Amino acid sequence: MRKRDYFLLFIFAAVMLSMPIWGPFIDAGYPDIMQRFAVFGLIAVGFNLLFGLTGYLSFGHAAFLGIGSYTAVWCFKLFTMDVIPAIIASTIMGGLVALILGFVALRRSGIYFSILTLAFAQMMYSLAYSVLTPLTNGETGLQLALGDARVLDRALGTNPESGLPSTSFLGFGVSNQGMTGYWICAIVAIIGFYIALRITRSSFGIMLRGIKSNQTRMSYTGLAARPYLITVFVISGMYAGLAGGLLASVDPLAGAERMYWTASGEIVLMTILGGVGTMFGPILGAGIIKWLEAKLSTFNESVVEQAMAFLPDSIEHSFAVVASKFVGEGWHLSLGVIFMLIVIFLPGGVMEGLQRLVGLFGFGKTKKQGADTSTPAE
Amino acid sequence: MSKFSRRQVLQGAAATGAALSTPLVLNAAAHGYTNDPTKSGKLVFGFNVPQTGPYSEEGKDELRAYELAVEHINGEGDGGMLNTMTVNGEGPALKGNGVLGMKLNYVTGDTQTKSDAARASARKMIENEGVIMFSGGSSSGVAIAVQGLAQEKKVIFMCGLTHSNDTTGKDRKRYGFRHFFNAHMSGAALAPVLKNAMGGERRAYHLTADYTWGWSQEESIMNSTGAIGWETVNAVRTPLKTSDFSSFLTPVLNSGADVLVLNHYGKNMVDSLTQAVQLGMRDKMVNGKQLEIVVPLYSRLMAQGAGENVKGIYGSTGWSWQLTDAGSQAFVKSFGTKYGFPPSQAAHTCYVQTLLYANACELAGTFDPAAVIPTLEGMDFDGMGNGPVHYRADDHQCFKDVLVVKGKDNPSSNFDLLEIVEVTPRAQVEYDSNLYAGDLGPI
Repeated sequence: MRKRDYFLLFIFAAVMLSMPIWGPFIDAGYPDIMQRFAVFGLIAVGFNLLFGLTGYLSFGHAAFLGIGSYTAVWCFKLFTMDVIPAIIASTIMGGLVALILGFVALRRSGIYFSILTLAFAQMMYSLAYSVLTPLTNGETGLQLALGDARVLDRALGTNPESGLPSTSFLGFGVSNQGMTGYWICAIVAIIGFYIALRITRSSFGIMLRGIKSNQTRMSYTGLAARPYLITVFVISGMYAGLAGGLLASVDPLAGAERMYWTASGEIVLMTILGGVGTMFGPILGAGIIKWLEAKLSTFNESVVEQAMAFLPDSIEHSFAVVASKFVGEGWHLSLGVIFMLIVIFLPGGVMEGLQRLVGLFGFGKTKKQGADTSTPAE
Repeated sequence: MSKFSRRQVLQGAAATGAALSTPLVLNAAAHGYTNDPTKSGKLVFGFNVPQTGPYSEEGKDELRAYELAVEHINGEGDGGMLNTMTVNGEGPALKGNGVLGMKLNYVTGDTQTKSDAARASARKMIENEGVIMFSGGSSSGVAIAVQGLAQEKKVIFMCGLTHSNDTTGKDRKRYGFRHFFNAHMSGAALAPVLKNAMGGERRAYHLTADYTWGWSQEESIMNSTGAIGWETVNAVRTPLKTSDFSSFLTPVLNSGADVLVLNHYGKNMVDSLTQAVQLGMRDKMVNGKQLEIVVPLYSRLMAQGAGENVKGIYGSTGWSWQLTDAGSQAFVKSFGTKYGFPPSQAAHTCYVQTLLYANACELAGTFDPAAVIPTLEGMDFDGMGNGPVHYRADDHQCFKDVLVVKGKDNPSSNFDLLEIVEVTPRAQVEYDSNLYAGDLGPI
């Protein structure tokens, strides 16, 4: 780690920790969305370790997220409502499943690898949705119940006398107290970012880049690429499992929906939108997508008409009809358009855009420049 | 860079975090109850309904009813049921000037008929929009999921359409209230009518939507039809996302069953019923008897979706716009004036729930759930359709008359598809609150 990297870490920590202050200015100052920023930022960072460094595009990362969530909820049900064991268990579980999948899928590369991971994720989704109903509670989603064992809580006498308990962190309420949940997510995300930074800068990280730029040449120098790939795939799976565990910790419910292929696609989108291979890009992408989702998906036709009230009536109506297709349930349309524009004009994602902006105004070494230490992929 | 600076960075980060969290921790500890409208100066209700997914038709109708209820509470429009309702023997406490003198606002959300999305949407309402109460439904899975959230966040959830026994059974919550009837009541009301119409020796085959409501209704219908001598041949679970039911329907014909029970709702039911009729099931004779189809939970919206195919098919429903009591009439009139067509049962229950909650706040003289919840518990009200209704304190379930309906042979309009066969009196569908044991939890 160089001086600049500590600076990166400092910026990231400052941004995460000050979110309750700047969040309200973009109408995102409430715990639910801030938690989403942190959790999906974390999963995008983990995904970027795999995709950004090795170029292996996994289309099944949502499966690890879902497995992490189910593990965490089971941990709450069986052992204790404290989030620490749940988070650890979900990380380990994410890693374990990634090890098994990696062992199989990493025999192939390129599109075959992507398809294998996609197939795996869909298989996991179907299992959770209808086959493993006793484990996952299918469509209804896995939830806490009154009759849950909670062995540790009962042994320690922290089980409430009536009603369902909330998740807790060393005695502090988490799921019933939004902000505690956010601080946990933010701290974990900062630690995750730090570890990712260390990995990227390590010799292991350089080896992974070597695999990306020319795997054949790496083989000729006598290096077996697969162990490296499996390792980074497992790490990436652990990030996703951890993110799933965090999601379940702040809201103890796990549904199969979060393993659906669109959820996997969303993680890929986040990374590409923000800038593959950069440290900040994936987090930025995650933030942008989660923010758009929260805002655009709640707009409806009447909101659009209000916003366009300054136009003459006839134009206003036709404008509103067109615009309303891009908000509400159709917000994915807007996302698609933004994504296409970014990929066509800024192949390096939003980070490249920022870099160009900085270049345009000719600030030599500003804070933004510091973020772009690594070149975007392809 | 030396290790010293790394430590500095970490220390700095930790200190910033601690400093930033202080005001928020204090803030959380100091407040009286979640989202007190008198502090924020704004009274907001949240309406969280499926605007997409298989139950979206019901959700959109619920939203219309909520908007109408807000209008009436704010003293706009013709007042609807405010003119007919009585609570504990007295007229409404609402004065038509909002609630406790504050103008009522509302926000809406889309549950997408998914528990995950519904929880996220509800959390946004509670944390960002500051709602004092939220309501919605159309899927019991969703209702149960957000009801758990209501309990955690200590914000009252007035259930919209949810029919699973679990909502006020094993998953009952202190902060959740249900006006709608449930699967147990459907079974109790339907069984005697089915016995009259189809006889006591039948073999039933269930197709069940694979989530809490389907499971619950399957169990209730099996129990109550078992009591009239019917035998259940098989019960098959179908994923909620299914739209092609042919692979589930074909085995029915070879099973020797002479009744098909469709534990489906919304678009699921429209699809499965239509496909069953297309397979010629209504003309089949099995065991020397006509093959019959039963849809335990019926709604007018579904009947409209399935069109011709509902003719002669039995089911139960919570409310119908054809009821002639003053409350129902007043509601149908104001809904019809505003939207141009009659409301569905989902709309009815959501409208009533909103009025009941607002009225309870007015009665309690505060928005504090600690006072509003006891006001709602054990409340008796009338003039809101279905005759006199009781909100049972033990499980927050309403008890009222249940309608058994049948698809009309000669409908006069697109809205007149169901005829009321019997109004099952409340006494016949009541059950002990410990039958589906649960725990309401603390206030």
